[in-house]
Amino acid sequence: MRKSHPRGAPRAKRPFHPAERIMRVVFGACGVLAIAFVAVITGYLLVSGIPAIREIGLLPFLLGTTWQPGSDQYGIAPVILTSIYGTLGAILIGVPLGLLFAIFLGKMCPKRLYTPIRYAVDLLAGIPSVVYGLVGMIVLVPCIQTVFHKAYGQGLLAAIVVLAVMVLPSIISVSETALRAVPREYEEASLALGATWNETVFKVSFPAAKSGIAAAVVLGIGRAVGEAMAVMMVCGNVANMPALFTSVRFLTTAIAGEMGYSSGLHRQALFSVALILYIFIMVINLILNLFLKRRAGEGAK
Amino acid sequence: MKKFLALALAAMLALCAFAGCSGEDAEVVLTTNGSTSMEKLMETYMDVYTDATITYAATGSGAGITAVTEGNADIGLASRDLKDSEVEAGLTGYVVAIDGIAIVVNPANPVSDLSIEQIAKIYTKEITNWSELGGEDATIVVVGREAGSGTRDGFESVTGTAEACSYDMELNSTGDVRTTVAGNTAAIGYISLSSVSEEVSAVSVEGVLPSEETVQDGSYAVQRNFVMAVKTDSVSDEAMAFINWALSSAADEYVREAGCVPIVH
Repeated sequence: MRKSHPRGAPRAKRPFHPAERIMRVVFGACGVLAIAFVAVITGYLLVSGIPAIREIGLLPFLLGTTWQPGSDQYGIAPVILTSIYGTLGAILIGVPLGLLFAIFLGKMCPKRLYTPIRYAVDLLAGIPSVVYGLVGMIVLVPCIQTVFHKAYGQGLLAAIVVLAVMVLPSIISVSETALRAVPREYEEASLALGATWNETVFKVSFPAAKSGIAAAVVLGIGRAVGEAMAVMMVCGNVANMPALFTSVRFLTTAIAGEMGYSSGLHRQALFSVALILYIFIMVINLILNLFLKRRAGEGAK
Repeated sequence: MKKFLALALAAMLALCAFAGCSGEDAEVVLTTNGSTSMEKLMETYMDVYTDATITYAATGSGAGITAVTEGNADIGLASRDLKDSEVEAGLTGYVVAIDGIAIVVNPANPVSDLSIEQIAKIYTKEITNWSELGGEDATIVVVGREAGSGTRDGFESVTGTAEACSYDMELNSTGDVRTTVAGNTAAIGYISLSSVSEEVSAVSVEGVLPSEETVQDGSYAVQRNFVMAVKTDSVSDEAMAFINWALSSAADEYVREAGCVPIVH
């Protein structure tokens, strides 16, 4: 804590009441704690994830296609590919749906409908992932099985559909906010030039909000990559090369599924998988920050 | 705020006090080391056995036997019978429980008996259609447990399919396997005997239906022994007391709780 300084900041007129001092420490500690958590997790993942990669070898670990802990084969290429394909699939379905939804909500929705729809979207965001998984397991999986005449419905397709629904709320909320932030003058100018409201929304508001929408998409990607529970319940969890109707394993489900009884190198290898997942999320967050910064820059102009 | 802090502190102190109490009356420490499959059994024992504090390291049957032979553990845990060479090296093994694994199919599946060989062929995908086994024309969906699971290890070692199984689904709990088999008419799975319910039907293996009796008399084939091994000449009294308790009928309910079949006394 800083000691008293006579000509301090103007806002600190009476900063030396004991309660104030205590609360300063408390708030400061909270801030430091948040950083400490990130630092500890990063450090822990590095320390516990690197030994297995060293022992297995980086290339055999990342490019190997067989995951068989019993015979010490730890290749996670199928798992990485599944995570990438699954996320891309979810984004391909979720983004167009979410964007159209956001446009409707932000620009075309009758006032009476807005509140209930908005409420439903918020609710969708609040549903625990295990519930998504359960519904996927009980409704979606048998559906896929009968519709496509497969021996079983678990697999990449089921996971993609569940993830697509799960990323919807974040895509909708963030892009709706971005659309609402478009200055009214832009739209009024477009309307004054004779454009219809539809043309205005798609050709003026939408491009003006594009960096916010990009941020929404990246946020959605982050959610999809990190989801474990819901996916685990519908993906079948075998480390096959990804295909729509084969049972597959994601980075997240590989960890969650096997951590319970693993030991030795197997356990360490799971930590390495966590490290890879962490790097994925870091990269996605960096990209997200980039978009957000650019948006802030645009706003300043 | 302050009240809340005070409450939180009081709660923490109370918890510490409890922790202190439970540590006091068990000064004897027994180290056990070995089979990962016996984790659940050992955890159940740890919770209920009060005469000593038991530690357990999940290393594998072989490593557990080595540890007890070299004196690094009081009790070695093996999910198989001791080999002759191990007995000659001065170890005595006590079978404390039996691991019975039921092979389950959907109740709608007409197949009700399989041989060990057929089961092995199903799990290695040599047989891929139920019609080859007298069932309907449907692709067999092979369901199993995740790598590292004791049930998977037990199943694969009994059927001789270790690392050769080709699964359609690897689920991480007995309940998941049961639900999946209950929901898919073409699925086959394995679960510990104690988890069988009406949702699924357990097939007989070589003509013998799985039950506590058929596992105990050895006629049901998909089973293996859980063995505690000690050094015959230098076993401590405390370790022997624990093993005797585990062998007594007092331990039966905990054996069942851990999903295993008790031994015949």
